[in-house]
Amino acid sequence: MVISKHPLRFILTAVIACLPLFSFANIVSDSTKVHTEAVHVVSDSVHTMTEAEHSTKEASHDAHAEPTDVKSKIKEFINHHLLDAHDFTLSANEETGEHYGFSLPIILWDNGLQVFSSSKFHHGEKTAEHNGNFYVLHHEKIYKTDASGALVEGHGGHPENVRPLDLSITKSVVGILFVAILMFLLFTGLAKSYGKNNGIASGAGRFFEPLVLYVRDEIAIPNIGEKSYKKYMSYLLTIFFFVFFLNILGLAPLGFNVTGNITITLSLAVLTYLITTFTANKNYWSHMLWMPGVPVILRPVLAMIELLGTIIKPFSLMIRLYANMMAGHVVLMSIIGLMFIFKSWIGSSLSFVLAFALSILEILVAFLQAYIFTMLSSLYFGAGNEEHHHEEAHH
Amino acid sequence: MQIPEIVGAGLIVIGAGLGIGRIGGSAMDAIARQPEASGKIQTAMIIAAALIEGIGFAALFAK
Repeated sequence: MVISKHPLRFILTAVIACLPLFSFANIVSDSTKVHTEAVHVVSDSVHTMTEAEHSTKEASHDAHAEPTDVKSKIKEFINHHLLDAHDFTLSANEETGEHYGFSLPIILWDNGLQVFSSSKFHHGEKTAEHNGNFYVLHHEKIYKTDASGALVEGHGGHPENVRPLDLSITKSVVGILFVAILMFLLFTGLAKSYGKNNGIASGAGRFFEPLVLYVRDEIAIPNIGEKSYKKYMSYLLTIFFFVFFLNILGLAPLGFNVTGNITITLSLAVLTYLITTFTANKNYWSHMLWMPGVPVILRPVLAMIELLGTIIKPFSLMIRLYANMMAGHVVLMSIIGLMFIFKSWIGSSLSFVLAFALSILEILVAFLQAYIFTMLSSLYFGAGNEEHHHEEAHH
Repeated sequence: MQIPEIVGAGLIVIGAGLGIGRIGGSAMDAIARQPEASGKIQTAMIIAAALIEGIGFAALFAK
């Protein structure tokens, strides 16, 4: 197979070949040329008309209210990075307002499927028009609006406009798809190389085989047990490499922050919860609902605590991964931000050295978090598969 | 102001820090006494530290 022979070259070629695909929906080649410019002019004139209009306009554009000092600019940039985005911005020129990067397709369900390019939003600065509907990008959330592009200010700072169902290929989705394809190619290549090479891994498999064995021998077997570990291996390996690759991808340029997004970790935790719940044996349930060996009056209390515990376990899985990755991104970007605050050779060299050291630490954290997620998942699976201990046998 | 929340989160983080410190210290002691069991001790240490860390982060983000 072509993958196992030249894995790195193949992957690099595939990535470079895919790059133009991500920006296929560019506005230049869009057939339906829209008059967003005119709309913008109208909204600008609204801006100056009355005070009331002024406030609604402010609400719609406070995401891009010009921060005055460097510190709040850095803060805004970090907050923006932590959110999922509808386009890739590699760099932006503040004075000219030019953004360098590429757009991603927007897919909305709003009385039918609406597909258009995110370049219509002009990085949230403009109102996008598609099939007679107007949309506004506000804090990376898409709201439906009218031609003026104004948002109705609701309580808590969230606009009260209708939010269409957003199925867009966002930055995180691109990251997930990329890792999914990468994992598929890598590990099918690894599996096939065994047959070709007399049971010895070749190519990139040589790097990943020890990791696979590590997950099996150090995580799955000690925690789940020799008897039933096999049925969980596929899930454990998938989750280990998925989290590991996404954590590493978060350190690469392009600015992915997938595992630092609570919805992603939530769905991973829900998967662990569902697998624990549906593969548990009767000992697990009897120990949870009607604990043997304790006074009867305590059993309902224990059952409540145990049931609560089954929810708390995946919840802590979710929070741990999310918080670790998010904290790592925040700290790293803040330290890089020092460069712009000090504006001297001391600040720059300090920031460079610190960021370098932290990046190395983050590689460790990336591995450690993948390990802990897999380890705790297998611990929970093992708890669900525990055989009944005959206490009489020990005495 | 949210002073009570911030103080509470700070207290929890102090507690979590002390807890992880104790886990690390005890694991060091244990490894020094039984170097051949260091793999198992390390695993148990990481699990316990991760559980406490989860509480600490929950406090930080719930504030």
